[in-house]
Amino acid sequence: MSVLVLIEATEGSIKKSSIEAACYAKAVATQTNAPVSALVVGDASETEIQTLGKFGIEKAYFLEGESFKRFAIGPVSVALAKAAKSTSANVIIGAKSNLSDAVLPRTTAALQASMTTNVVSLPSTSGGFEVKRSIFTGKAFATVKLEADIKVLSVKKNAIDLTESPVSIQVEKLEVSLSDADNSVKVTGQEKANAEISLPEADIVVSGGRGLKGPENWGLVTDLAKTLHAATGCSKPVSDLDWRPHHEHVGQTGIKVSPNLYIAIGISGAIQHIAGINSSKVIVAINKDPEAPIFKVADYGIVGDAFEVVPKLTEALSKI
Amino acid sequence: MKILVCITSVPDTTSKISFANNNTQLDPNGVTFIIGPYDDYALARAVELKEAGQATHITALNVGLADTEPVIRKALAIGADDAIRVNAAPVDSWFVAAQIAEAAKSGNYDLVMMGRESIDYNSGVVHSFVAEMLGWQVVTPVMKLEVEGSTLSMSREIEGGKEFVKANLPLVVGCQEPIAEWKIPSMRGIMSARTKQLQVLEPTATDLKVNTLSFELPPAKSGCKYVDSANVEQLVSMLKSEAKVI
Repeated sequence: MSVLVLIEATEGSIKKSSIEAACYAKAVATQTNAPVSALVVGDASETEIQTLGKFGIEKAYFLEGESFKRFAIGPVSVALAKAAKSTSANVIIGAKSNLSDAVLPRTTAALQASMTTNVVSLPSTSGGFEVKRSIFTGKAFATVKLEADIKVLSVKKNAIDLTESPVSIQVEKLEVSLSDADNSVKVTGQEKANAEISLPEADIVVSGGRGLKGPENWGLVTDLAKTLHAATGCSKPVSDLDWRPHHEHVGQTGIKVSPNLYIAIGISGAIQHIAGINSSKVIVAINKDPEAPIFKVADYGIVGDAFEVVPKLTEALSKI
Repeated sequence: MKILVCITSVPDTTSKISFANNNTQLDPNGVTFIIGPYDDYALARAVELKEAGQATHITALNVGLADTEPVIRKALAIGADDAIRVNAAPVDSWFVAAQIAEAAKSGNYDLVMMGRESIDYNSGVVHSFVAEMLGWQVVTPVMKLEVEGSTLSMSREIEGGKEFVKANLPLVVGCQEPIAEWKIPSMRGIMSARTKQLQVLEPTATDLKVNTLSFELPPAKSGCKYVDSANVEQLVSMLKSEAKVI
């Protein structure tokens, strides 16, 4: 019996969401009196991997091979199942991410495990294994019981606070042999926007809608975002009109964000957009239409012209 | 190429969600059920491939009780050739995946398509379970899909961008925008949907992996605090000292 956490590293650093997952895993391990280890995927030095020790992880496995560095789904799923077997893991944790979305269910099926997603708090382990999850795209919660011997959880952002509980950590390579079938999905290239704060991971998001009238006005949004060290997002119409890249679309069929602060500028607040932002801790709306539905879900609102209000807001924020 | 498009029947995004029976069931009163929007993307792409002569047959499949048939007929109206309803409540993702895997095998499908996730439970696991059950690969979430013989060229969403992949049939894919534009059924489509075959199959039993015990709604929001547009400093100070988010 042990807890295993999937850790993702990009550009040499362990992702913040993975640190959260590590804290979650450590908490479950403490609760169930079990050891906790990690499988690290991506590019991270031994020194970087050792920082997991700060959060209570006793053992970390790393992988060698091009397919693991590139987060190839088939190979990573096989590696995770192998790590689970090596550690006799009965609980596997991953932070919700594009990688874990694809890997965790593959590993779950291979291990005949029980998996649930968008987990918002620690499990109750007194009678079985029960956990609360977010459903209906943030409109409700469900309490579910995981019945199989092995439980796999995809944990939502902010499910747990970061807590340090330092231990000494052992770092070891995990040998994984892959079949041709495992390697049969070929990655032929990638296209990534550079040096951007990842929207799903962001603590602050500044988002623009059609009220900004055109892509040439987006400086308003990016200036405010820069001042706040925020990620930038947009509504579906803005993305459909190609004013902003696809990966900025926040909404029911786009990215669902969980920031501490979401600032919606010139966004009317269609239900489809609300579905993408209802996990935000605080929502601020700036819109010149007092009837805009966004004000029904906002915590703070300014009824006014974004072209006047936003630059003033950026200036006021740069002073604090 | 035979395509199996798996669709969910889910409350539309504008529906108010509430629970009945001591918070153990979704209250269907006042809820409009639709094809899950992500599944709608998969179906639209499948129909495009058929119209381009790259697919020979499309079957729409749903795991659900008789009340999902209107939603299945909509998939037929959009362009599926026939449909299968596995007669059972979708108790958990593992159960649903097992029904799909069984249908994919017995119907000799080459490509299984569905949305990246359903908008009710947001699990996003069925496609990957199906792939493991069939011994196939899975690519998700797919933003673009082109067919070149028995090879599929796709782009999938990754953090902050996209990744280009190639894979061979047979394959499972989880779809999202902008793979295709949602199709609106034509009058002819709606008429033909009435007579296209909707086969009802009995389910295969599986172990219950995830037991949903109860539901709850989030606490109500306390209402918007308005700040005068001439007074942005007040907003900044509230965000700092009151909300503590900056």
